Amino acid sequence: MPEATADDAILRLREVRKSYGPREALKGVSLAIRPGEFVALLGPNGAGKSTMFQLLTGLFNADAGEIRVCGHDIRHSPVAALASIGVVFQQTTLDMDLSVEANLRFHTRLHGIAGREAGERIAAALARLGLTERADDPVRALSGGNRRKVELARAQLHRPSVLLMDEPTVGLDPASRRQLLDEVLALRSGGVAVLWATHLVEEAEEADRVVVLSAGKVLADGTPASLVAAAGGGSLAAAFLGMTGRNAELAG
Amino acid sequence: MRLAHALLALQAVTSREVAKFVRQGGRFASALVRPLLWLVVFAAGFQNVFGVSIIPPYDTYIPYQVYIVPGLLGMVLLFNGMQSSLAMVYDREMGVMRLLLTAPLPRWYLLFAKLLAGTLLSVLQAYVFLIIAALFGVTVPWMGWLQVLPVLVLGGMMLGALGLLLSVQIRQLENFAGTMNFVIFPMFFLSPALYPLWKLEESGAEIIHFVAQWNPFTHAVEAIRFALYGQFSAMSLSIVVGCLVAFFLLAAWGYDPQRGMLKRTGKPG
Repeated sequence: MPEATADDAILRLREVRKSYGPREALKGVSLAIRPGEFVALLGPNGAGKSTMFQLLTGLFNADAGEIRVCGHDIRHSPVAALASIGVVFQQTTLDMDLSVEANLRFHTRLHGIAGREAGERIAAALARLGLTERADDPVRALSGGNRRKVELARAQLHRPSVLLMDEPTVGLDPASRRQLLDEVLALRSGGVAVLWATHLVEEAEEADRVVVLSAGKVLADGTPASLVAAAGGGSLAAAFLGMTGRNAELAG
Repeated sequence: MRLAHALLALQAVTSREVAKFVRQGGRFASALVRPLLWLVVFAAGFQNVFGVSIIPPYDTYIPYQVYIVPGLLGMVLLFNGMQSSLAMVYDREMGVMRLLLTAPLPRWYLLFAKLLAGTLLSVLQAYVFLIIAALFGVTVPWMGWLQVLPVLVLGGMMLGALGLLLSVQIRQLENFAGTMNFVIFPMFFLSPALYPLWKLEESGAEIIHFVAQWNPFTHAVEAIRFALYGQFSAMSLSIVVGCLVAFFLLAAWGYDPQRGMLKRTGKPG
């Protein structure tokens, strides 16, 4: 298992805890991601993935523990931390009535990228995703797959070092899902660290590392091959079900 | 926070609000029809029922239509301020709020940008109302058009900040109708918008008179009334500014990821 406190980590969680009332959503989660690493956060529904993303994006603060992005503590320097993060939320966060271009422009302005520079980045991102011709269409007119692509493009406009994807393939057809995964896997070569939350084992199989989260705890953290080996062979799916099933029994 | 970044973000928020406003043609129409109904229909029917005596800032007897202009300007600001609250709740349901709150800027500043954007729309609507009122023959002194600007901005911000504060509490769009009943109408009727407050006192409604005196909207209307006639109501204006600061701080506190009221519900911005 890779050392969770690696010095070269660009995103690091240390003993993070979060409760909503009496319900403990995260029970001391530690995690480290290096530049250029694609980490799949694999967990069943209700494992705490969404809570973790709420903390990682500064929507809430953790009750205990520490989250650092590029060395910035998200509790004490949220602005610096947020500047290094790109997010694709589980729920669509596009303004349906604005054009694709206007949605992207809204983002560049919020991130302080001005005029021509913003225009160039938007044009390049749209060209890369093959959406140049849709730039002036309202988002409402786009397919689900294309809306997700726009959100991925938007999350990269400010060139973040860390990309957070919260179950981004939910509701997509297999082809769009594959395309999105390939787009994000390709970002590794640029040194972007990716945290990809999913409950689909097949998406986790291509990750550099898989972190299995269940009932607010990290059950395993390692390469897909090492997880399979630890489970005594078979498939990642079997290893995942074995782990989370056993944990559910213990928690239940 | 760099100044250039702050201005770009303000531009982002403002242009989105304006684009939304332009798209919703009906909102603009109803924002104008509402006060016009009061001015043209209500005031015509009641002008001989209410005798309005000479009270500051007026130095002569005035027709009832002229009396209610400041109150109707206040009404325009009040409705639009509540509309900004509705927009916050809508953005939260649509997820756009998350995008806003994860921008690398202090959260209070993002709320402030929302407030300024909403106030810009409020003030523009107030001036369009003044123009239409003038077309109906209900005029205010020419200098008043200019002198009332800062007061409209402050009043609009105060009521917009109240809207932001309410948006912390309103979890769903459906609850907006409740806000109308419990905030907008009491604020409007418990104010000197339609009748001078001494009328309430005279009629023996002492409790209502007392409440009206503590109503922030009362002071927004009075500050507007005095400014339209080139006078300065220090008390009303300072109450407006005080309420603005208080409402905004409470709203910023409500949206704080650590302490806020959002924390309680577990539902993020």
